[in-house]
Amino acid sequence: MLGWRDFHRMKAREIAVQAGLVLLVLVIVIGSVRSAQVNLATLGITSGFSFLDRSTGWSYSFSLLERSIDDPYARTLLIGFLNTVFVGSISIVLATILGFVIGTMRDNRNIGLQVISSVYIQIFRNIPLILQVVFLYALLIHFPGPRQAYSISDTVFMSNRGIMMPVLSLPLGAVAGVVLGSVLLGIGAARHAGSTRRALAVWLAGTVVLFVAAAILLTPDGRDLVSYPELKGLRFVGGLTLSVELVAMIVGIVLYGAAYIGEVVRGGLAEVPRGLREAGESLGLGAFAVWWTIRVPMALRSIIPPLGNQWIFIMKATTVGVAIGFSDLFYIVSTSITQSGQTLELIAILMGAFLLVNFALAQAVNWLNARLALKGYGS
Amino acid sequence: MNAAPPAIGAFERLQRRAFRTPLDGLVTLVFVALLAGLAWQAIDWGVLRAVWRAEDVALCREAASGACWSIIDARHRLILFGLYPFDEHWRSTSAAVAIIATVVLSCIPWFWTTRRLVSLWIAGFATYYLLMDGSLLGMAQVTTDKWGGLSLVLFLFSTVVLIGMPTGLGLALMRRSRLPVLRLVASLLIDFIRSLPLLTTLFTAAVVVPILLPDWLQGDKIWRIIIAFSLFFACYQAEVFRGGFQAIPSGQFEAGMALGLGKWQALGLIILPQVFRHALPATINMVVVTFKETAVVIIIGLFDLLASAQAAFGTGDWVAYYMETYIFVALIYWAFITSLGRYGEFVKDRMKQDEH
Repeated sequence: MLGWRDFHRMKAREIAVQAGLVLLVLVIVIGSVRSAQVNLATLGITSGFSFLDRSTGWSYSFSLLERSIDDPYARTLLIGFLNTVFVGSISIVLATILGFVIGTMRDNRNIGLQVISSVYIQIFRNIPLILQVVFLYALLIHFPGPRQAYSISDTVFMSNRGIMMPVLSLPLGAVAGVVLGSVLLGIGAARHAGSTRRALAVWLAGTVVLFVAAAILLTPDGRDLVSYPELKGLRFVGGLTLSVELVAMIVGIVLYGAAYIGEVVRGGLAEVPRGLREAGESLGLGAFAVWWTIRVPMALRSIIPPLGNQWIFIMKATTVGVAIGFSDLFYIVSTSITQSGQTLELIAILMGAFLLVNFALAQAVNWLNARLALKGYGS
Repeated sequence: MNAAPPAIGAFERLQRRAFRTPLDGLVTLVFVALLAGLAWQAIDWGVLRAVWRAEDVALCREAASGACWSIIDARHRLILFGLYPFDEHWRSTSAAVAIIATVVLSCIPWFWTTRRLVSLWIAGFATYYLLMDGSLLGMAQVTTDKWGGLSLVLFLFSTVVLIGMPTGLGLALMRRSRLPVLRLVASLLIDFIRSLPLLTTLFTAAVVVPILLPDWLQGDKIWRIIIAFSLFFACYQAEVFRGGFQAIPSGQFEAGMALGLGKWQALGLIILPQVFRHALPATINMVVVTFKETAVVIIIGLFDLLASAQAAFGTGDWVAYYMETYIFVALIYWAFITSLGRYGEFVKDRMKQDEH
C-alpha cells in the first residue's frame, strides 16, 4: 500500500491511472453543474436556499409539533426529519426487544418455542417490507368507523381513524423534558450504579417519579391529570390518537426488523461456549439467571456489530412511509420537490439528514462496542 | 469431542425437547395449540370456505364465505403482466421462465466457472430482452414503459445483479488498490451509497439525474433506475468481496509472483477463485435481499407486482378483496425469496462440511 506522500515511488502508468480517475470525476462534476445551470434556467428555477422561508401551503398526515399549512419549508422539513427520527427510534427499541425474545425462543430447547419462532422468522423476513406495511395499512383502514370502534373496556378504542388511548394531559415540551431526563438518568445509572440490576431499578424508579412529578406540577390548570378518549358525534375527542399511518409504519417495521434481529441474537447466543452455560448450571443458577448473567453478556459482543447494522437499516427503512402517506422526511422532501421545484437543494437536505443520522447511530454502536469489549481480548 | 452420547430414539428425543419439565410441557402444549389454531383459521378461511372461480364472485358477498380467490382468477393476468399487451402475454411468460431458469441453473456447481456463469447470465438476459422487446425477433415491439408485474420484477432483479456484480468486484479491487486516489474514490462512493436509503438513491436517479445530465445522455427512466440500483448493489457487494479478500493470506499473492505470474494473472488464477468461494454465502444473501428490495420501485412509479396488485383491486367490484390480492403477491415473493434463502443455507452447510 502506498500513502499520499509516496508519489515519487509510483510508476508513470500508475500516476496516469490516478490522474485519469481524477479527471473523470472532475468532468462528471463540472459537466453536471453546467447542464444543471442550463436545465434550471430553462425551467425558470432560481437555485439557493431562500425557498426555505416560503410557506408551503399544503398539509400532511403526522407531526409531533404544532403545524399549519402556512409553515415555511424549513419548519415542514424539520417536522419530517423529527418524524423519521421518532418512528426510527421507537422501531429500533421495540424491534430490538422483540428480536431478543424471538432469538431466545429460537435458541431454546423447547420444541414449541422453536417452531413458532421459526415460523415467525420465515414469514416476516421473506416478504418485502413495503408489501407488509401496505398490507397492514389496508387492514387498518378497513376497521369499522369510530361509532362501531372495537374497544378494550371503553378506554382504548381501535377504529379506521387509528388507536385512541388515555394519556397524561402534559404539554409536549414537558413530555420531551421527561424523556430527556429519563435518558440522562439511564446513562448516569449505567455509569455509577455498579450492577445492572441496581442501574435498572434506579432508572425505572427515577423515570416513574419524573413522570408523576411532571403530571402533578405541569398539567395545565383546569384539566384532569389523565385525558380519556370519548366519542363525540362522528369522532373521538381527548386522549391520544395514534394515526393509522403511524401504527402501520411502526408495527410493520418492528415485525420485519425483529425477524432479522432475532436471527442475529440466535447466532450470538449459539456462539457462547457450552461450557460456560454448564458452569453456570452447576453453580446452581436457574435458567433465567444463566441466560441473563452469562449467555446474554457473552453473546452481546458478537451481537452488537450486526445489530448496529440492523439499527441503521431500520432508520433507512422509515422511507417506505411514503407508500402509505406517512409524512416522514422522504415524503416531505418528495412532496416539496413537486410543489416547489427546488430538486437539487431538497435532495441535498435529504441526503445530508440521512448521513447525519446514520453517522450518529454508527458512533453510538462503536461506543457500545468499545464499552463491551473484553479487556485484554482483540482490539 | 469425546465419545458420542448414547443413541436415543425419536420418541425419547421428542420427550426431551418437549416435555422435560412440567413447565416445558405446558409451554409446548400452549404454543402448539396456538399454532394449530392459527393454521386452522387460515385453512378454513383460505381453502374450506373460499370461493375459487371468477363466475362465482356473487358467492363472496355471503357472510359465510371465506377468501374470495375469484379476484385472482379474474385478474391474475393484470397482476402478473401489468400493462403488457394481452395477446403477447406468452412472450412475457417465456421471458420470465428464461430468467428463472438462469437463476436455477446458476445454483448448480457445474456452472461455477467464470466463463460458464457469465455466458449463462448473458444468454438468459438476452433471451429475456429479445422476447420482451420483440422488435429484433420481428414481433410487435413492446417498449419498457409497458413492461410490468412479475416480469418487470425479474427484469430489474437480473439486470441489477448482472451489472452490479462486476461493478462490485471493480469497486472492491479499487478499495484495496495500492494507489491512494483509487482507494479514496472507491471508499467515498461505497460509504456514501451505503448510508443512504435505497429509495433515496433511486429517487435521485429518477428525478435529479435529468437535471444533471444533458438530454442526450438521460435515457429511459427505467434504465436510470436500474443503473442506480446496480450501483447500490455494487457498493454492498464490494464489501462482501472485501470480506472474501481478507480471508486470503497475502503470502499466496507473493507465491504467485514468485512463480513468475503477472499481477493480474496471480489475481485471476489464485486469489479471485478463493475470494468468490469465501464470499459465496454472503453473496447469495445479498442476491436475496436485492430481490426483496426491488419491491420499492413502485414508489418511483414503475408498474411492478405491488403496483399491478393495487390496480387489480382498484376498480369497482373488486375493492373489497384487497386482502386476497396482497396475499397472492406476498406468496409469490415468499416462494422466490424462501427458495433462494434455503439454497443459501444449503451452500453454507456444504462449505462447512468441506472445511472438515
